[in-house]
Amino acid sequence: MLERAEIVRKEYLRHDKKFPHVWCPGCGNGIVMGALLRAIHRSGLEKDDVVLASGIGCSGRMPTYVDFNTIHTTHGRALTFSTGIKLAKPELTVLTVMGDGDATAIGGNHFIHAARRNLDMTAIIINNSTYGMTGGQYSPTTPFGSKSTTSVYGHVEHAFSIAELAVTAGASFVARSTVYHATHLEDMIRLAIAKKGFSVMEVISNCHVQHGRRNKLGGAVEMIKGFKERAVRVEKAEKMSAEELVDKITIGVLADVEKPISTEQYQRVINEAKKKAEKIAKEKEKNGIKRYEE
Amino acid sequence: MVHDTKSRPAAKPEVGENKTASAPSTAQQKKRKLHRVTFYYKWCKSCGLCSAFCVKQIIQTDKNGLPFIANDDMDRCTGCRFCEIHCPDFAITIQNKYPERRHSDDRQ
Amino acid sequence: MIGSDQHERVLLQGNEAIVAGALAAGCRFFAGYPITPASEISELLSVKLPELGGTFIQMEDEIASMGAVLGASLAGVKSMTATSGPGFSLMQENLGYGCMAEVPCVIVNVMRGGPSTGLPTCPAQGDVQMARWGTHGDHPIIVMAVSSVADSFSVTIKAFNLSEKYRTPVIILSDEVVAHTRESVTLPTSDQIKVFDRVRPDVPPEWYKPYADNNRGVPDMAAFGDGYRHHVTGLVHDEKGYPTQNGLEVEQFLQRIHGKISKGFQEIQVTKNHQLEDAEVFVIAYGSVARSALRAVRDARALGIKAGLLQLVTLFPFPRKVVDSYLRQCRAVIVPEMNMGQMNREIGRVNQAGCQIVKHNRIDGHLITPDEILKHLAAV
Repeated sequence: MLERAEIVRKEYLRHDKKFPHVWCPGCGNGIVMGALLRAIHRSGLEKDDVVLASGIGCSGRMPTYVDFNTIHTTHGRALTFSTGIKLAKPELTVLTVMGDGDATAIGGNHFIHAARRNLDMTAIIINNSTYGMTGGQYSPTTPFGSKSTTSVYGHVEHAFSIAELAVTAGASFVARSTVYHATHLEDMIRLAIAKKGFSVMEVISNCHVQHGRRNKLGGAVEMIKGFKERAVRVEKAEKMSAEELVDKITIGVLADVEKPISTEQYQRVINEAKKKAEKIAKEKEKNGIKRYEE
Repeated sequence: MVHDTKSRPAAKPEVGENKTASAPSTAQQKKRKLHRVTFYYKWCKSCGLCSAFCVKQIIQTDKNGLPFIANDDMDRCTGCRFCEIHCPDFAITIQNKYPERRHSDDRQ
Repeated sequence: MIGSDQHERVLLQGNEAIVAGALAAGCRFFAGYPITPASEISELLSVKLPELGGTFIQMEDEIASMGAVLGASLAGVKSMTATSGPGFSLMQENLGYGCMAEVPCVIVNVMRGGPSTGLPTCPAQGDVQMARWGTHGDHPIIVMAVSSVADSFSVTIKAFNLSEKYRTPVIILSDEVVAHTRESVTLPTSDQIKVFDRVRPDVPPEWYKPYADNNRGVPDMAAFGDGYRHHVTGLVHDEKGYPTQNGLEVEQFLQRIHGKISKGFQEIQVTKNHQLEDAEVFVIAYGSVARSALRAVRDARALGIKAGLLQLVTLFPFPRKVVDSYLRQCRAVIVPEMNMGQMNREIGRVNQAGCQIVKHNRIDGHLITPDEILKHLAAV
């Protein structure tokens, strides 16, 4: 019997692809990828039925390494490609992995509209508070006052809270976890995949090379330890005051609502239109009327 | 930190070589499950997450930052798998030690 | 209306004919965003597509529309979008992705006056060079122009066939006049319509190389979910689809995607000749202007001028050979365009015979009339 790590390595990684992967030592992307693969394994999905899409950035490299139907799209547009794939083949499980800048800056409009539209897809957003691949510029989730290569005097703007944004935009399922809580993360991803409707999974990750170094947050170990200290379960956070929650990371399921899923609604439209078209065709046959617009 | 410098292997682990520990004593074996931690050095990037977060603090690093577990320490591994699931590079595997023998023990 | 076994005489608008052509060609996915003067295509497809089991979706913008179209095509469904100038600008990013990842799809651009918001309800032909060079990087692309309602139907089918055959996005340039003109047309019967579907791989999945070269230069295309798990990327990739920076592989890849179009020049480059056999002067026109030009040529013939018309249906790859042969035959060519001379530039580029080129440009948002062209024909 294969051990868990062996299963992930042997079954789900692409072996014609060069390992080790491109990410920096200690990068949370690898931890997220592991959690994602274990979650998919536990969900019992066939590899042929899974599509993993990504945008641009460090997270965008993830699909290259995993053995599914994978697509590395343009910056911020991953969800639009996923929408097309899902609507063309609703039987596929479509997962989209994005970074914070990818999902909420350049792809912000696509993100909120995907949440509003509520197709049965899952978005995993790895939030490392910076644009890592391009050299550490400030992103929509860079905290106020933080330093980056484009905010050397301290960031003057305020940060997005991705999970809360998704809740407001109408996503069916929203959860947050961190790379420290890898088991929790795996469980959350599994729930997100299982949930019918648009699910958003925000993962707080570390970019010690770009964000951590400039803000004296330490290396990978210190940053990930920081997540452990700052994380508060959502049940506990509900009882805490706003002051107590400053600088805390609320983890767990933030929203889980039932509403009509567009994937099914589109199917309903198709079925109804087909029925109507058949009816009209029959009438035409009977009456011998030919008209273009019916 | 429970470092035992004496038990540290003389030579630096070869890249790509899998390291295993010596056989444990029979007494230990019956008390609790034993685990074997294998590092896959070809993929390891020496980030240090495994050694920093090991609950038993048995994962040490050599001068190049590559992790290893001293032979005597291996049996102290609780099999929590924290290092395995937090390894960003998929370079750690944790296995039950002697799963066959334990299986036969269970039947008796 | 499509797939009928009898000839059907119908009154259609240019936009409706595009819809009819798309459905006849097997299009089953449309993603778009409302824009004048292309909205009728969306509206009609939102009704017609579901009847045939297809999907219509209105996205949040044109960027998303183009993304969804590519996604659907990768999942194995023939897909298209329709827009006008401002929306077409937004699509350029993902259009380049389509060229790089070799995703078949059709983009209809119903041209209106520009630049920027321009003249939303007036015709123009200002997007011609943009259609060819709009997205960044050297890329191969096919651009076709329609001049009438009948054209809108047949060119749309041709565009789908070419995109499927050569695995490339194909752009159809219509304009506000063609789009909104209602004409009575006879649609071909279903057995008269030839439809080409992309070649799917038949090798075992472990042998499948999504971007391997073959004698056509067009790799077989597997759809997501067909059991051929593969990687698609906008990065330059090797034959397995994985990103590469190896100079040799990069060169090979880019040469191949340009080469596949060059190999098909004969089939791709469509032109229509009118009375060119004995012509001494001729007109090169495309889009709605070609119809004015046709009238002008007939009037010129009535006046005893040996005039002809070369109508470009395929604008890019530029039908150099055909144009060149008539440039050699005739002493002068009139190039009427509703822009500042975008195709005139191409014609000048291939004019080695020293044929006199007279350009006639109109950018006031109105059609070029036959009389204007006739004046030039009489003058030369």
